[in-house]
Amino acid sequence: MFAYILRRVLYAIPILIGVNLITFALFFMVNSPDDMARMQLGVKRVTPEAIQQWKAERGYDKPLFLNETSAGVAQITDTIFYSKSLTLFAGEFGRSEDGREIGREIRERMGPSLAIAIPTFLVGLGLTVSLSLFLVLFRGTWLDRTGVVLCVGLMSISSLFFIIGGQFIFARMLQLVPISGYESNPLVAWHFLILPVTVAVVAGIGSSTRWYRTLFLEEIGKDYVRTARAKGLSDTAVLFRHVLRNGLIPILTGVVVVIPTLFMGSLLIESFFGIPGLGSYTIDAIAAQDFAVVRAMVFLGSGLYLLGLILTDLSYTLVDPRIRLK
Amino acid sequence: MTIHALFSTLSQSLWVWLATDVLLWLLFVLFLFSVVVIVRSPLQRAVWQKVFRQRLAVVSTVLLAIAACFALLDSIHLREPLPRLTPEASVRYSVEVNSVLDLILTDLRKNHEKTYSAPLAVNLAALEPVTVSMPDGAVEVRREAPRLKVAGSIFPPGPVNDTTYWLDVLQRVSFGALGGALLFALLWLGCLMARRVLTSNPQSNRVAWRWVGLTLGVVFITGGVFTGLSTNFHVFGTDKVGQDVLYQVLKSLRTALVIGLVPTLVTLPLGIALGLSAGYFRGKVDDVIQYIYTTVSAVPGVLLIAASVLSIQVMIDNHPEWFATAVERGDIRLLALCIILGMTSWTGIARLLRGEALKMREYDYVQAARAFGVGAGQILLRHVLPNVFPIILITLVMEFSSLVLAEAVLSYIGIGVDPTMFSFGLMINNARMELSRDPVVWWSLTAAFLFMVILVLAANLLADAVRDALDPRSEGQS
Repeated sequence: MFAYILRRVLYAIPILIGVNLITFALFFMVNSPDDMARMQLGVKRVTPEAIQQWKAERGYDKPLFLNETSAGVAQITDTIFYSKSLTLFAGEFGRSEDGREIGREIRERMGPSLAIAIPTFLVGLGLTVSLSLFLVLFRGTWLDRTGVVLCVGLMSISSLFFIIGGQFIFARMLQLVPISGYESNPLVAWHFLILPVTVAVVAGIGSSTRWYRTLFLEEIGKDYVRTARAKGLSDTAVLFRHVLRNGLIPILTGVVVVIPTLFMGSLLIESFFGIPGLGSYTIDAIAAQDFAVVRAMVFLGSGLYLLGLILTDLSYTLVDPRIRLK
Repeated sequence: MTIHALFSTLSQSLWVWLATDVLLWLLFVLFLFSVVVIVRSPLQRAVWQKVFRQRLAVVSTVLLAIAACFALLDSIHLREPLPRLTPEASVRYSVEVNSVLDLILTDLRKNHEKTYSAPLAVNLAALEPVTVSMPDGAVEVRREAPRLKVAGSIFPPGPVNDTTYWLDVLQRVSFGALGGALLFALLWLGCLMARRVLTSNPQSNRVAWRWVGLTLGVVFITGGVFTGLSTNFHVFGTDKVGQDVLYQVLKSLRTALVIGLVPTLVTLPLGIALGLSAGYFRGKVDDVIQYIYTTVSAVPGVLLIAASVLSIQVMIDNHPEWFATAVERGDIRLLALCIILGMTSWTGIARLLRGEALKMREYDYVQAARAFGVGAGQILLRHVLPNVFPIILITLVMEFSSLVLAEAVLSYIGIGVDPTMFSFGLMINNARMELSRDPVVWWSLTAAFLFMVILVLAANLLADAVRDALDPRSEGQS
């Protein structure tokens, strides 16, 4: 077990290096630091000196991979690649354009992100699993068919419409909840959280319900279900005692991948509802063309995704005793 | 614009082939080619008849085909000639790039109002100070919604009588509907005659033709009503700068289709080549390819797209000399966006095909081919690829709808299409602010919502129907 985990973690390292190289290529080779400086400084203030100073302040004035003017180890360490890209592995994210420390910003914004993401995840999972079981219980009837068509309909609506519509109806017209904002005090926070969480859950219902329904239907066609039915178990008993448990295996492993990325927050929900989480941080960074933040978020996101992959493999062994790690 | 004027403009203009125009037409030619292949092979024909026996599949296909017609008409661009200053001066062309669709919709395009106006309104949706002279000679300034410049201009100035207004609307609706119905009847009659002549045995054709007719009928009548109303009103109102919303929505169809289809030109070669060879060759090849796609899918998609789009934007901004017109600049950005979307979305199809190839390489017919000494390339091309074709097709149709939805999100974040273009995402993004105005400006959002949902829903339903018919595993499930 331990050896397996270790091997998976070791396997993640070359992938992170690959991600690192991709982002490095995008940020420093497609766009030279000169271009970045020109963009950040604006048209009016661009002079060769200003660009030089901007680069020097941020440490972008070094060569990309190999510094021939230095000696010894510094030939490699005194480069942009080493100082900007490799240090990400040590968790040093550097500073954003406005001079704040990105690492601290990430730690502070994780809480609000999770306050949205965890309820959304749990409520969404429970609701979609129940709904899909409901559809499977009534499979082949008009209820099932309408349900599937409704799911496809929900899938076809852009989440932007759910957000805009939800804000308009519940916050502006009915004035039940504030339109946006956040409060860290948990007694008040639910006021701000209830609408974004509901909108996020509704926006995700369609595709997951339909997918889970297919998984359950696949399970229902198997031999053990026929056996259970043959020995006289009722339809509901088969469904809840056998099909649900076996169907949960692919569902669980499918959602485990998502759990670590919950930290990243939801881009749209957070920015529309003014939640100071990592999602809105990312959007603001993109809008301000703050490459340092975007780079840090890419690295963080891919690291969490790889963690999710490892957790998925582990969860297989926990829920399905037939699978053993080698 | 009359048909004669349209053709004379077409013959005198400078044709501009934008990159996405060429690609969209290329895709259309590929589509026609595959239709010919399918019709010629009896096996394929049987499969597709199974698809089109389903009502929803037929309705969706007709709707998608109509959207494609608009997009294709919108993909022939030209620059109109400027009037010559002296008879012997050489011809110069306008910097404004228009498409054939623009020329057909000249009235919609050029009839600007001052600012917002509601659907079918004759007054502006904003108050303006108006000087009114009283009977006793005094002058008073009031704030009221003035009459529109274009819409309702046949009515006499001053407030419009309700009866006159509704009679006019009713008249235009009925004439439009009648015209649409007539056009449809002619077309349908022609099709029936052609079918009588072409097919010897009408019973063998089990496609739900009745539903083709029904959908086309509804679309033609709706189109007729819109055309009828457009002669005097703005069907979906106007936006902030007074542009007709119906025109914007129709223009957005092309952007949506380009975003939904062009990335497949990148996804398909990458996904098929890498996925199949990873599964078929296994070993080292598999390791390398798996490494590549795990790395690409590990990077959060939105951030990768953001980084690439920002980089390309910098490149475009630094080289203004590459582009003759603003439209060409917007088009290159759109093309870049499509390529990036393709580069980030090939991993799904590659993973699927790898699994299929792993399974298929153990099948008897593949083993037999290998035993006969057939090369790996030949086996993949002749024995594996045709059998994974249904999976590829289903993924593509599903990809289409997710890409169209993604465009809206990306345009909201500001890394989508160029702001000078028309797209559903940009319309939604603008409409967000309009909802907080008083009176509420709801029509842009509603129009974008309607057209986008119809487009995506049609694609989703078609994907479902194709899966039911083509994928043997889903047999007897739903």
